[in-house]
Parts: sequence; structure tokens; C-alpha cells
Amino acid sequence: MATTSGNSKSGAAEFSALGRSIPRVEARAKVTGRAEYVHNLRLPGMLYGRIHRSTVAHARIRSVDVSAAQAVPGVYAVYTAADVQRLIPEPYYGPAFHDQPILALGKVHHVGEPVALVLAADPHVADAAAQLIVADYEELPAVFDEVEAMTSAAVVHEVLKPAGTFPDLKHLKGKRDTNIALDFHLRRGDVQKAFAEADHVFEHTFRTQQVLHLPLEPFVTVADPTPSQLVIHTASQSPSFVRIEIARLLGWPENRVRVKVPYLGGGFGAKLYIKLEALAAAAALLAGRPVKIALTMEEQFYTLTKHATTLRIKSGVTKDGKITVRECEVWWNGGAYADIGPRITQKSGFTAPGPYDIDHVSIDSYSLYTNLPPAGALRGFGIPQLVWAYESHTDMIAKALHMDPLAIRRINILREGRPQATGTLMRDAGIDPVLERLAQRMAWEKPFDKGSGTIRRGRGIAIGFKASISPTTSVAIVNISADGSCNVYCSTVDMGQGSDTAMAQIVAEALGIPVASVTLVHPDTDVTPYDMATLGSRSTYHMGHAVKNAAEDARDKLLQLARDVGLSAETTPIPDIFRKKYGMQAGNIVGVGSFIPPYTPPESGTGQTPDATPFWMIGATGAEVEVDTETGEFKVTRLVNLVDVGRPVNPAIVETQISGATIMQLGFTLSERMDFDAGQVTNASLADYKIPGMRDIPAMMENEAVDMVQHSGPFGAKGVGESGTFGVSPAIASAIDDAVGVRLTSLPLTAEAVYRGLRAQAGKPLQD
Amino acid sequence: MRMTKMNVTKMSMSTTHKNISFQLNGRPATAHAGNHQNLVELLQGQGLFGARESCGQGLCGCCTVVVNGTAVSGCLTMATLVDGADVRTIEDSADGQLDAVQRAFIDTGAFQCGFCTPGFILMTRQLLEEHPDPTDDEIRHYLAGNLCRCAAYTEIIKAVRLAAQKRKE
Repeated sequence: MATTSGNSKSGAAEFSALGRSIPRVEARAKVTGRAEYVHNLRLPGMLYGRIHRSTVAHARIRSVDVSAAQAVPGVYAVYTAADVQRLIPEPYYGPAFHDQPILALGKVHHVGEPVALVLAADPHVADAAAQLIVADYEELPAVFDEVEAMTSAAVVHEVLKPAGTFPDLKHLKGKRDTNIALDFHLRRGDVQKAFAEADHVFEHTFRTQQVLHLPLEPFVTVADPTPSQLVIHTASQSPSFVRIEIARLLGWPENRVRVKVPYLGGGFGAKLYIKLEALAAAAALLAGRPVKIALTMEEQFYTLTKHATTLRIKSGVTKDGKITVRECEVWWNGGAYADIGPRITQKSGFTAPGPYDIDHVSIDSYSLYTNLPPAGALRGFGIPQLVWAYESHTDMIAKALHMDPLAIRRINILREGRPQATGTLMRDAGIDPVLERLAQRMAWEKPFDKGSGTIRRGRGIAIGFKASISPTTSVAIVNISADGSCNVYCSTVDMGQGSDTAMAQIVAEALGIPVASVTLVHPDTDVTPYDMATLGSRSTYHMGHAVKNAAEDARDKLLQLARDVGLSAETTPIPDIFRKKYGMQAGNIVGVGSFIPPYTPPESGTGQTPDATPFWMIGATGAEVEVDTETGEFKVTRLVNLVDVGRPVNPAIVETQISGATIMQLGFTLSERMDFDAGQVTNASLADYKIPGMRDIPAMMENEAVDMVQHSGPFGAKGVGESGTFGVSPAIASAIDDAVGVRLTSLPLTAEAVYRGLRAQAGKPLQD
Repeated sequence: MRMTKMNVTKMSMSTTHKNISFQLNGRPATAHAGNHQNLVELLQGQGLFGARESCGQGLCGCCTVVVNGTAVSGCLTMATLVDGADVRTIEDSADGQLDAVQRAFIDTGAFQCGFCTPGFILMTRQLLEEHPDPTDDEIRHYLAGNLCRCAAYTEIIKAVRLAAQKRKE
């Protein structure tokens, strides 16, 4: 069903631990149900917190009556924003803006916003009491649509509060009466002149819907106020950020906050930055008891989502199909709190013209506040939304010019060494090989059976690319024990992507020891050093470098030790070196490594930089579909996924990542959509919000990492977690168009939308 | 007698809780189970965390538990209903050895985050009892009630096929 090609150029044979498909290091714990999740944790004296949430999208809070909840036997305490402020006078957090209050303060900005917290030893008591809280609201006009938010009279936040960490947000400090949380602009060449000279000009608008990460382990945090420290056990992708941000809120030094993260039951970008941590921390400190807050599946729908977007793309093209100029406008629906949206707006925004070699480019990318639940990063950091638009646009141009979809891409793709829209030169970016291998696997240039009668067949291809979030830092420690085994201390979170295994393989390779001799120490900020976060497919590259550097540092120290005691460093077994030095099995060698890639910030206004990213991720998908012309029902019969991930550290895990990313995006393409009524999610459950199951997987799924090496990467590797998502949506939409001539420009792609298209095509449109 | 707060609590406890005894992974167990508690909570009280509540609606399969030989959704099964029953969870292992299904899940890499994995393994065991040599269609149909957000589905199908083969050897 699924295959990964062998790698010849990557030369796995030269390595002992790299490039091998060993099982995950935690495999046994996971199949016996004994893997450690925060979910399992219970502490003596622990209280359970249940959140009372806003029922309205935008309102001033007149009052919050907690008396009935407080009167419930077994309730330990009920807290509102006023209680939090006794501890934290300025209780606002966030990675880009300090805009999100720990509990709603003065106003609520979206349905489901936390307003009060009930603590009880029995979670059922807390649950019942939370429902007895009554908040009185003075409702305000709300805005939900990202384009309307640009000019609407309804303003979500009265004043903008950038966090100060990002230089390109500083100019927004104190800005009033706007919903624009960041406007990013890129200008290259002479767009106006190029449009005037183009043979053809095409302009299309695309939309994507709000969807959800939906990890099967819902958000969960336990905060434990010990006499010396506040210990936070949390299902987080960013333990270092949690420590720094909680310390900032409390006005404490970092070392008084300890953040521990075991395995995660999925993350996908949901569990980044602060989610429940600040609330659990405040509640635990106020109560003087450990507090656990574990969300239900329904509550996840109000915590973090993926940006809905509107994207307008306009291109000037020669009569031969060469794209000479492109103008992109992107509006990102960030919801009520900025979270990481402004970074998505810029870091992904600059790739909006696609992996194409275009001399004249203009990009305007806007991060908007609305009164929907907040949006953040979701497996692709905004890239799948952009690829959806530019690849659909590419095929619409091809069709209008009677060109083949592969041919138009061959003419226009960004080739090695050519400048991307930022001016950064493409290096080790396998756009061409990925596209060509996809065409080959799809047998694109051979005749294709288009079906007959009421079942018509079609196929489509799409390719996307992504820059890595830069610049970011990773630090790691490798500790070799006297018997030659070692521990790796790093704050990368294994949320299922297999980072523990990949890091163990990299360290084993660097030290020349078996993978079984390497154990990962899970993130614990008292023990494991700083890492920016586990996000954006950055860990293999950034933390991969850090652990490799740490291992090499340890190896160098070990060799020095051997020389010091008069042993041949190259031939003496490690235990003998320690024994010679310490007279017995004793001592340690500790190696330290850190990594931050080179980076040049983009020039304000033009977005130009010679160094936008340390590496590029490439992903492409080919799709084949069958469409029933009588009903609009369609079936994806085949998906072929090609990626450039550099040299795979663990080919089997890489393939699972490609396949998993593709299937997740298949859900966002075909079935997943959060439905809203006045800001309320009307399908906030797995009964009404359909994620892919076993029966939704295409009969044919093929995944392949092309034979590439990322020369700047650790042992030639780079990130893999997101690339499988890029091409899925536009490839399927193009396949539907190829089958029945219906072009859909909004996600999700539904049978109803296809049927409406078929009826419109027949001159018998359906009423809305 | 004056009603103290403690007496009120005791009285309500007697009407809302029940002492139950059952077989848990082959050993006798007892619990003071609340009428409002589900089977997942009961197991958590016994120190077992392999059955996990996720969707809370019996739709994802993360909370799968085998009661009297049949896989059930732990989140929809009231704790008191297992009084006298034989309850088996993913932690059940007489000799600490992995069975063919668990080994096949490891060998094919049929999981990522592992949160749904116990449910898939318990359902796969039941599938192979009923269909020792399942077709792909049977596998997809039988496991349709288990969700994996990491979407290791293609690997899970391979794992089921491998386990079926190993069980015959």
C-alpha cells in the first residue's frame, strides 16, 4: 500500500545508526498502555479545575455571580479575574502580543473564553458547580469575517499590545481602533509595469475554513506549588517558553518555575506557547494546592484553531505560460487572540507566490483579530492555506491557456540557485526532483482513463514549499556514563513525531555507539536546556544540530581524557578510559551543544533578505478521483505524496510522518469545518466534526522521500512533519476539475459543492 | 441526632456509591464506585491509565476496555455495571510478554503518539478472534470505530495483517 524508495545518493551504508528504520525507542511503553502522559498524573491533595466559559462572542462583563457555585458542597474555591490579579496584576500572556488574559478581564472576546474557574477535589463537583456560575454581559457588536475585520466598526481589542519579542511588531504598540495585528508587505521588481506588459492577466480568490488540531489527548496541565518552586506538568510543545512566560507573569526568576513534559497524545501545533499553564499556575498558587485542569473534547474547539483565510492572487502570464508577475493578498482570521498568528502572517506570508520563479512580486499579508476562538499554528504554519490558493490558481491559468498542469509548472518552478521572492537563493530545495518524481509515479505523460457514463475520473498535481521559522535556538547536553551508555538532555517534545528516536540515532551516530545505549531525558526545565519549541518541522534540523554538537563535544572530551591517562583514544573501549581515570566504574563526561542558524531579518516594506531560512521543505501530492455526475459524490482513489526531507534519519518514521500529514490534510480538505452561529461552534464534538477514520483512506496511498541531502543539516537531514500536507487540497480540487470541469475555490470540497457546480454547468443552478 | 456535615456526606455516599467486586486482568478487585463514574475513572482509581477518555462519546475508541470478553467504550460504561464482571485492559499480561498483535504494531510502526494505540490493539485482538484471516475490507470495517489523529492507518492495516500471519505460525 505504501512504499518509500531506497536511497542511493544518501548513502545510508556509510552510517551505522543513521538512515535505519529502527522501531521507536518508546514502542514497548506505547503498546502496553504504560507510556507516560500528563493525563495519568495525580498528586496528593490535588484539586480539579473546571472552567466556566463565555456564552457570547463580544461583550463587556457587568458581573460574574459565583455564589451558587461556591455554595456547592465540596467546592474548594471559585476564581475570577479579580482573584488572579491579586497574584498577577497584569495577567496577559501570548508569544507575539500580551493580549490574552488568564481569565476574562472586563470584556469577553469570543464564545468559550474562560471567565471563571472552580476547584474541587472531585472533578464531578467542579463540573456541576461551574455550570451554576452566572455572568451578566453587555453585548457589543462582533466581527467574524477576516476581510470585514479590516474595516469593520467592531473592534476586538481597543489597543494593541505587542509582546516586544519581535522587532517587526513594535510599531503596533499602543495602536487603537484596528483589528490588524500585523501587516506584512513584500515588494520585488516592478509589478505595475509587468502587469501592463503581460499577455494575460488572471485573478482568483480562494477561501479556507476554520478547522481544529483535535489531538486525541485534549489539553491538560497540572500545576504544583511546592515550597521552593512552582512545578508545572503539562502537555506542551514548548516547555522553555512556558517557563519564561510564567516567570514573567509572576515576576519570578526562571529557576523558580519548573516545567516538565512527558509524552504528548498529539500536538500538531495546538499545544504551543501558553494554553492552560497560566490558569493552572495561578489557581495552584492561589489555592496552595496542586491543580489539574484537563479539557474535554468540546473545550478544545474553543482553545485553538487553524486560521480561516481569504486569499486573492493575480498573475500576469506570457502567451507561452511563463508567469512574469504575481500579486497576493492574504487575510488571516486570527480569532480573538493573536497567539502566533502574526508570525504566520510574515514567515509563511513571504512564500505566498508559491515555488515559482517570478521576477515581479507583491505580497500583502494581514493578521486579523475577529471574535472567533483564537487561531494558531497547525501542521504547516499557514502553508497549506497558501498552497491551496496558488496551486489552484496555477491550474486555472493552465486550463485557460490550454496548457498541461505539469508543463506550466516545469516552465515556472524555482530552480536551484534562483532567488525566491525574498531574494534568498534556493539551496538544497528539491522542487524540480520532487515534481519530476511525482510526474513519473503518476505516469503523468501516459494516457489516463477518464471514465465514462456517470462515473468520471480525473487527476491533479500540486507542489508547495515552506521556509523554516528562523532564527531559533536549541541547546542540548549529552552525558556519557562510565559504562559507555549515555543520556541526552533536550527539551524537544516527542508528541508522536518520533523525535526521541531521531535524536537517539543522531547521538549514536556521532558517538559511534549503539542506539540502545542512548536514552532521552524528557523535557524538564530544571534539567534539560533551552529549546525554542517543537514546531514548524524545526527539531530534526535545529535540535539535531544541538545534540550532534553536544555529542561531538562529549566525544572530544572523552578523547582528551583518554590521552590524559595515556590510553589510545581511538581503540580503547569507553569503560576502560573511565576505569583508568577513576579506578572503578565512576565519573561522567558531559558535552554541551547549541545551535542557531544564520539569519537576516527582512527589510521593512520590501521583505527582502539574503537569508530568509536555514532550509526549505518541499511537498507535492498527486491525486486521482472518481466523481459521480448524478450526485456530485466523489472518491479519492489514489494519493501519491512526494517530499524532500533531506536524508531521512529513520525512513520508516519519515514515511509515517508523510502519510499521517497527508491524511490529516485530507480531513481538512474533505470533511472538517468548524461551523459557527454568532461565534458559537455548532459542531464541537467528534459526532458532528468528522476527522478521517480507517475507511476514509484512499485505496492507494504512496509516499516517498526523494533522494536528497540537506548539506547544512545534521548528517544531511531536515524537517519532515509538515511537508506531506502541502499539496493535498489543490491536487484533489484539480482532479475534480479534470474529471467533471467543476472548479471549487473554497474548502472543504464537498459533494454538495460539486453537485452545485455540475448543475450550474448544465444551466440549471440550484437555489442557495 | 444532630445532622453534622459529615453525616450528610456519609448518607449521600451510601445512596450514590456502591461496593463492587470484579476480576481485573485476571485478579480479584474491589472498589467503592460512584453511580456517576464511568469505567475509565474506575480503572484510573486502580492505577490503570491505558484506557483513556478522549471524545467522551464512544466515538474514538481510546477508552476501549474488554468486559466479559467484549470490547466496550469505557467512557460510556458506568463503573457499577462491571460488578461481578471480567474486566481486561491493555495492561493485562500474565507473563509480561508482548503478544503477536503488540509485536506487529511495533514491527510495522503502527502508531505515533500512542494515545489511541491501546484501543486499536484490543480491537485488533477481537477482530482476529472473529476473523483469523481478515481481508482489508474487514479490517477497515472492524476498526472504523477507532480513530487515530496521527493517522497511522496504513501502518495499522499492515500490523493487523502481520499479526494474523504470526498467530497462524
